[in-house]
Amino acid sequence: MRFLLDDEQREFARTLDGMLTAADTPAVVRAWASGDTTPGRALWARLAETGVFALAVPEEHDGLGALPVELAVAFTELGRHAVPGPVVETVAAAVFLERLGDEAPAAAWLPGIASGKTAASLCLLSPGSPYSPYSPYALDADTADAVFVVDGDTVRLAESTGPLQPSADPARRLSRPLGGTVLAKGPEVAAAAAHAADAAALATAAQALGLGRALLAQTVEYAKQRTQFGVAIGSFQAVKHRLADVLIALEFAQPLIHAAALALAAGDSSSGRQIAAAKVSACEAAYTAARTALQLHGALGYTEELNLSLWIRKARALRYAWGTPAACRARVLGSESDGRPYEPDRATQKGADG
Amino acid sequence: MDLDFTAAQDAFRAEARDWLAAHVPAAPLPSLETAEGFAAHRDWERTLFADRWSVVSWPEEYGGRGASILEWLIFEEEYYAAGAPGRVSQNGIHLLAPTLFEHGTDEQRARILPQMASGEVIWAQAWSEPESGSDLASLRSTAVRADGGWRLSGQKTWSSRAAFADRAFGLFRSDPDAGRPHQGLTYVMFPLDADGVTVRPIGRLDGKPAFAELFLDDVFVPDEEVIGEPGQGWRVAMSTAGNERGLTLRSPGRFMAAADRLTALWRAQADAADSAVRDRVADAVIGVRAYQLFTYANASRIAAGGSIGAESSLNKVFWSELDIALHETALDLLGPYGELSDDADEAPEHGSWAEGYTFSLAGPIYAGTNEIQRDIIAERLLGLPKGRR
Repeated sequence: MRFLLDDEQREFARTLDGMLTAADTPAVVRAWASGDTTPGRALWARLAETGVFALAVPEEHDGLGALPVELAVAFTELGRHAVPGPVVETVAAAVFLERLGDEAPAAAWLPGIASGKTAASLCLLSPGSPYSPYSPYALDADTADAVFVVDGDTVRLAESTGPLQPSADPARRLSRPLGGTVLAKGPEVAAAAAHAADAAALATAAQALGLGRALLAQTVEYAKQRTQFGVAIGSFQAVKHRLADVLIALEFAQPLIHAAALALAAGDSSSGRQIAAAKVSACEAAYTAARTALQLHGALGYTEELNLSLWIRKARALRYAWGTPAACRARVLGSESDGRPYEPDRATQKGADG
Repeated sequence: MDLDFTAAQDAFRAEARDWLAAHVPAAPLPSLETAEGFAAHRDWERTLFADRWSVVSWPEEYGGRGASILEWLIFEEEYYAAGAPGRVSQNGIHLLAPTLFEHGTDEQRARILPQMASGEVIWAQAWSEPESGSDLASLRSTAVRADGGWRLSGQKTWSSRAAFADRAFGLFRSDPDAGRPHQGLTYVMFPLDADGVTVRPIGRLDGKPAFAELFLDDVFVPDEEVIGEPGQGWRVAMSTAGNERGLTLRSPGRFMAAADRLTALWRAQADAADSAVRDRVADAVIGVRAYQLFTYANASRIAAGGSIGAESSLNKVFWSELDIALHETALDLLGPYGELSDDADEAPEHGSWAEGYTFSLAGPIYAGTNEIQRDIIAERLLGLPKGRR
């Protein structure tokens, strides 16, 4: 056992971190929120060059193969820099198209996703199983090149979108996908959608981890610099202990993400439960980081002007994307084999024996 | 990156599982915080030792198997999954022994470790004093030079296991003129039945004498009872504190077993529509899995030549709070039975939830309070400035 990222994976993270640091992502995020996707798509192309999207595309479609651990490493960095756009949804769409088992749509879209030419969105209109996340909204559907809409055992390619429904995170542009043509129909659609949802939940968990780490780092820096009563506020125990709790939450979420990615890569039957555990832990840790960042920055943290707000607001939104906290917790305790929630045996219930 | 075990590790796990299946007492032993239970747990230590399962990570010459950290974690998983008894020798094995391995003499190791491994000598810790808890370096008990040894005087308290244990170890001020509080301290071992030692058991929250006050009145101990150099006790002890908070004090195995029992209890007892309790059970299961994986990562780091320093404080806060939450959830699931003391005839599961709950409440206090741990995390891991405690 060597449950540590290897040198190559760490180097990949460093490369992305360096590239995104230099890219001034806050300006890109603000432009994206205002509807100007040009800087965002330029950044998208650069991310594609590093192989981020190819990690979800098999080699026969110009990808690098499905590499969940590397994907988790990449999405942690995307989250650290609050990268805007349907990054998670594009990866989910790639997994969906590959799993569909139909060569034509895979050949039509996967090479473009791998190369960064295609930004896709995907939404599940109805739950395929008690645990599968669903939402009437597709992320960034107004600007995506392809929007896949799964409703039960049918998938269609949306034609247009309804009016924008502003999210708590303005960089997340939500709308209802409308109309379109049926792309495929059958049980394989629901099965592929379940795989896509798992990939999306794992990527979201990794994104949340990076988001939380960035919120913690920015807040620690602020607590060292901001002085009150003649000393740095970071010397006060009430401040220290909140920050310590954020670090604890993040440090214990990280191995859940890596183990879930390993399980997904191995096709382990417990991967769904492990992903759910990682999703709820990472998103709750990021949310704790956001609440702490807000509180410790004081009134400054409550402003939209401060770039910190880009991270704070995304932390809230990610809790609901691709699996609410309650759905994730239910899944953790659910049956591994059939994906259905546990049905208690009434005979063993208290009261049955008087 | 992988989470795979080798064939040898799988074989080690199977061997441990088979041995435990054949030897773990069918009925739980009485609480180890009672005279009767302490004796029964001492016998259990002897049974473990006879087949070299009491100290698997120690070298063979002292009764161990030279097991790696990962093998030790495997053993612990199997140990608690088998429902094996608590370890009455815990303080000696996890606090004193690492100090002896690092700072002791060959003579001390040969004299002390085998008897510790067999349960023949059970150790209590003697760190805290009435005026020195979190601020341990302010301690006032003294060690005064005597012919061929030292004379110990003062008062120790919250000494776990001391009510029934044989010997104790702790810090004493040997140089009152040293410049700073943590200088001039000496690490000393002493028998609890020596002339001048008075042990007053203290009932913990549920009344069981889990710890004690120790009064030392001019107690003579020979030089061979000092670990490391006189005056260097703080440095010697801190290497122990790191061990205590780090990987070895509370292994994931014990919490994995508790989470499995909690899940079974929930499946048997809970209203499936009660999502509030379901969420708490899920959080316990998730937390335990996170702790297991975090520990595997730490073990991998150590195996790769790294070390665990202040990071061990993350561990300590996490498992201690997880343990309480897990047991609270179980007691809530038991409804009116959750009120019963562990020694009530009708206490569910032989009172193990009530006993475990009481034990868990001490977690955030001992081995460095969680407030101290959070200070360590903030200052050493996050780089925040030191301030007033």
